Amino acid sequence: MSLDAIFLSLRLAITVSLLLLIVSLPLAYWLAFTQWRGKFLLESIVALPLVLPPTVLGFYALVAMGPRGVLGKFWTVVLGHPLAFTFSGLVIASLFYSLPFAVQPLVASFESLDRRLLDASAILGASQVRSFLRIVLPLSWPGVITAVVLSFAHTLGEFGVVLMVGGNLPGITRTISIDIYDRTQALDYAGAHQTALLLLLVSFIVLSIVYGINRRVWSPWPHR
Amino acid sequence: MVTMATPLEATTLSVDIRKRLAAFELQIQHEFTVGFTVIFGPSGSGKSTLLDCIAGLMKPDVGRIDLGLSPFFDAARQFSLPPQKRHIGYVFQSLALFPHLSVEENIRYGLDTLREEERREKVGRVLGDFHIEQLSGRKPAELSGGEKQRVALARSLVTLPQLLLLDEPLTGLDAGLRRAILEDLRSWNAAHRTPILYVTHNRDEVDAIGERLITMEGGRLGQSGAPRNILDAPQTVALAQAAGFENLLGARVKTLRETDGVMRIVLEDGGTELEIPLAAVQAGEQVKVAIRAGDILVAVEEPRGLSARNVIRGTVESIEARGVLEVLKVQAGTLFQVHVTPGALRTLQLVPGKPVWLVVKTHSCHLVTQP
Repeated sequence: MSLDAIFLSLRLAITVSLLLLIVSLPLAYWLAFTQWRGKFLLESIVALPLVLPPTVLGFYALVAMGPRGVLGKFWTVVLGHPLAFTFSGLVIASLFYSLPFAVQPLVASFESLDRRLLDASAILGASQVRSFLRIVLPLSWPGVITAVVLSFAHTLGEFGVVLMVGGNLPGITRTISIDIYDRTQALDYAGAHQTALLLLLVSFIVLSIVYGINRRVWSPWPHR
Repeated sequence: MVTMATPLEATTLSVDIRKRLAAFELQIQHEFTVGFTVIFGPSGSGKSTLLDCIAGLMKPDVGRIDLGLSPFFDAARQFSLPPQKRHIGYVFQSLALFPHLSVEENIRYGLDTLREEERREKVGRVLGDFHIEQLSGRKPAELSGGEKQRVALARSLVTLPQLLLLDEPLTGLDAGLRRAILEDLRSWNAAHRTPILYVTHNRDEVDAIGERLITMEGGRLGQSGAPRNILDAPQTVALAQAAGFENLLGARVKTLRETDGVMRIVLEDGGTELEIPLAAVQAGEQVKVAIRAGDILVAVEEPRGLSARNVIRGTVESIEARGVLEVLKVQAGTLFQVHVTPGALRTLQLVPGKPVWLVVKTHSCHLVTQP
């Protein structure tokens, strides 16, 4: 078992799921309540990683982060070094990759709220932000937990995007799934098995927690 | 210098709006003055939409809404005051208490801008006014129906709104509790003179409030006046149903007797003839006649020497106890619904299959002129 890879994956998953929460809360709130007709476009973009092969996403991420890509150029100018094949690059690519797993449970949770509660809050003089903090968020905590846990678990296990954007630098971009792949290629089945089993267990536990909390929020299973 | 106490300026809510809805167009032009105005109409008549427009939760297509001198909405200027700034109270049918907050937290929610002592003092006072001090720490899920309704009212009133919108806030309460809460509301209104729009389709609530009433149907306001005058002579079928007329019978006008102020009609089913008050219709015209189940008398022998003009022979078809009422279905060509007391049921030994005579006074029959 490669502890380096495990710690790196955990660091990546924690960073990404927390950043995603910050990004997804306002995005999901807007998606849940906007009357804008074009909202399906944004919904489609958010959902893209669900259907795209990770290599496709990874490819475009790599191009954008490369020395000639917009993001890569910007990064080099501001921070003095390129973005591709770094931990930050991994984080940025993973944000896109795991976005639907954070946004969809939140949208489902916000949409299931009784709108009259928000109306009542507005009539009582509360601003949108206050309504969000005092009413929407406290009543949506199962959705919030589901979003964090799913994006954590999803980032923990990603392979294609990491391989494309991060390569395979020990301690920097070599995550668990890359490590498993490497060991299998090197016929180190025992080592690969240890890590794989760990990932399997963690994923199972995480999903048990989510579905144990509730299944109303986004899930591939029909409603109970 | 002596300053005279200036009388509180009466703020009138003036509404002149149109809004296209799926089923019909909401079209309202009305001035709501200080005090209760009951808006009475069947469900789906646009009552809640009207309240939502006044509250700023929905935007009318055209028109304007003003409360006293402050504009709420003006389509011509593309102006709409956000609901946060309208400073009104709105109690929804669902009450919309915040389920994760205690009674006290619910009530102080709208007092955000005040200093802490002032907040505490106001919340304490309103808890007392509405007799809910002992509930302050509870969550809405731990309250009874009546308690929830009190909390919802208290939450709105503690903000001293300039206008109060109530959407069937007392539905499902028993008469005693409803009267007590209405009493609280009335004394509140005596101190704070605001317009109160009270929406309902419940006849009992109308009777309990007993002030100005205006009917609403198909997105438009209709008759207005004292509740009794309007609800005892509803002009449309939907209103007659909402006002509690159990018998709504299709009929054809047979003859008019202008000198007696009456006319004879023939019921569509069974051909029974009834004498009803004269109205502006012509012989041969199709009409509907509304009769309350409680206005029909039952006799087990053929009655003679009565002033009532309509005596109809029939047979008891079914009897169903509903609280302190016995609901009789009597087949007399047409199926009539009749209410009697349990005592009358026993004395007359009414059972299904028994022949009876129904007695209906001419003026218990109300012609419903509009569909």
